[in-house]
Amino acid sequence: MRHPHTHGSPKYATFCVFPKPSHEITRMSLDKEAVSRIAQLARLRVDESEYELYARNLSDILSFVEQLNAVDTTGVEPMAHPVEASQRLRPDEVSETDQRAQFQGIAPRVEAGLYLVPKVIE
Amino acid sequence: MFQKTISELAKGLRAGEFSSVELAQSFLARIQAHDPQLNSVVTVTAEAALAAAGAADERLSNGDAVLLTGIPYLHKDIFCTEGVRTACGSRMLDSFEAPYDATVTLKLKEAGAVMLGKTNMDEFAMGSSNETSFYGPVKNPWDLERVPGGSSGGSAAAVAARLAPLATGTDTGGSIRQPAALCGITGIKPTYGRVSRYGMIAFASSLDQGGAFAASAADAALLLEAMCGFDERDSTSLDRPVEAYSERLDDGIDGLRIGLPKEYFGEGLDPGVAAAIDTAVGEFEKLGAVVRDISLPNSSLAVPAYYVVAPAECSSNLSRMDGVRFGYRCEDPRDLEDLYMRSRGEGFGAEVKRRIMVGTYALSAGYYDAYYLKAQQVRRLIREDFAQAFAEVDIILGPTTPTTAFKLGEKADDPVTMYLSDIYTIAVNLAGLPGMSIPAGFAGGLPVGLHLVGDYFAESRLLNVAHRYQQATDWHTRVPAAFGA
Repeated sequence: MRHPHTHGSPKYATFCVFPKPSHEITRMSLDKEAVSRIAQLARLRVDESEYELYARNLSDILSFVEQLNAVDTTGVEPMAHPVEASQRLRPDEVSETDQRAQFQGIAPRVEAGLYLVPKVIE
Repeated sequence: MFQKTISELAKGLRAGEFSSVELAQSFLARIQAHDPQLNSVVTVTAEAALAAAGAADERLSNGDAVLLTGIPYLHKDIFCTEGVRTACGSRMLDSFEAPYDATVTLKLKEAGAVMLGKTNMDEFAMGSSNETSFYGPVKNPWDLERVPGGSSGGSAAAVAARLAPLATGTDTGGSIRQPAALCGITGIKPTYGRVSRYGMIAFASSLDQGGAFAASAADAALLLEAMCGFDERDSTSLDRPVEAYSERLDDGIDGLRIGLPKEYFGEGLDPGVAAAIDTAVGEFEKLGAVVRDISLPNSSLAVPAYYVVAPAECSSNLSRMDGVRFGYRCEDPRDLEDLYMRSRGEGFGAEVKRRIMVGTYALSAGYYDAYYLKAQQVRRLIREDFAQAFAEVDIILGPTTPTTAFKLGEKADDPVTMYLSDIYTIAVNLAGLPGMSIPAGFAGGLPVGLHLVGDYFAESRLLNVAHRYQQATDWHTRVPAAFGA
């Protein structure tokens, strides 16, 4: 039996919002509460009337991928790039021209070169 | 005109039998006449096409044309096109006009190819039937009640109906090969890193790869060659010279070692599809190939590994759609969080939301190792299966899909069943290998796709093997009756 551990997780996510998956049960079951938490984390507004359908869909998908846990991957290096290419480096020089006006031309709302969003600080 | 091969079209242009403008007009007329039935093209760029064709005619008369100069094509609506909407099948980008061209767009412009428009696709390339598009489903030209496959369903259906001689696509888990199979055309996805991903809207970055659709391997070779090449702007692009794919097409395949993975011929494979593949195997033997059984023991893990890796990467990639810098924004947001949540909630469709949520869950605190890391480890096991196979054979052959085209709506409510329609194609993306699908007959009146997989950078060999098969057979010349005139 393998348990997930937090090694390698992003530092900012120090809270755990889900119950630990138990690999003894192969059927993953997310409830409406879990769907609401995931949607909140993903910044997705999901209508309450759809919680049940998403709960069923997500449980189906997660149960399906549970079969990965039957495989022994001890000592197997995770694969990042198929041909093991690493990140290229380039000289630290300015390579792009200023295209702010063009990029902001497609924004929903801008003013004086700034992107506008609802007030964050009262 | 629409039955001609690319080299025939190129010859005709050079001989002055027709101009590039006339060629563009004739395909634009086909789109206008036939696409209302198919819904394969979401944006027709007639005016720009005729201008580009005019410029191509000038190049042709100046003698500085290359092979694709003046040849029309349709572009999957996932590739950014400056000044032309790039919607990626989503309400989120319904009004998005990219401020720049994708590298692929630019390369095809430089070659002088003439873009006729942008093709319909599953939303953000997430789908296997083209039913998740904001612009409605694409219909399969062989049977309008059936799906064309996905996610590049518009490109595949358009080429199958000969609305364009060439089309681009992208393949993250089979999105070129599966629709090519279901629509009875040729589609190739090269080695990961071969075609630049710059300006190709990201779904799952470690799997996404651009590629080509055409009636034949010989035609696809020309488009693929124009699309491939190193690009500084894509951090995973590979700096290796691109072979002239069309030069090796006629090489002999005597003694070619073909491997049939026993896992791809098991339960779940439609008997009609199996029979067509068996016949094709016999054809390859007649051409001198040596066929043997092989095993890819971790095959069954490919789809589950993919449905961790792809959603995880998509949840991260799609976080850029936030209603602030571009794309859809909800009306009257209460506060910043409401702006994010409603813009994304209203802008994305159900399948995209499902995958973002699966990915968010898999990447959340305490779950990263159990899901993403585990899937990346399994990915290496799958890659090793292929490495062992390629020590013994040159090409792996099997069916592209377990069945022929299914009915619209048949699998739409059941994500996992839908995911399994990519069961033979997904492993190739996880390993980053090149693969292609070519037409290999019919089952119940619907096209059957033959899947060919090569070792890394074996695009030339794949196209050569496909071409030799197409020299000996005529499946690739078949056009659905309703679109044959």
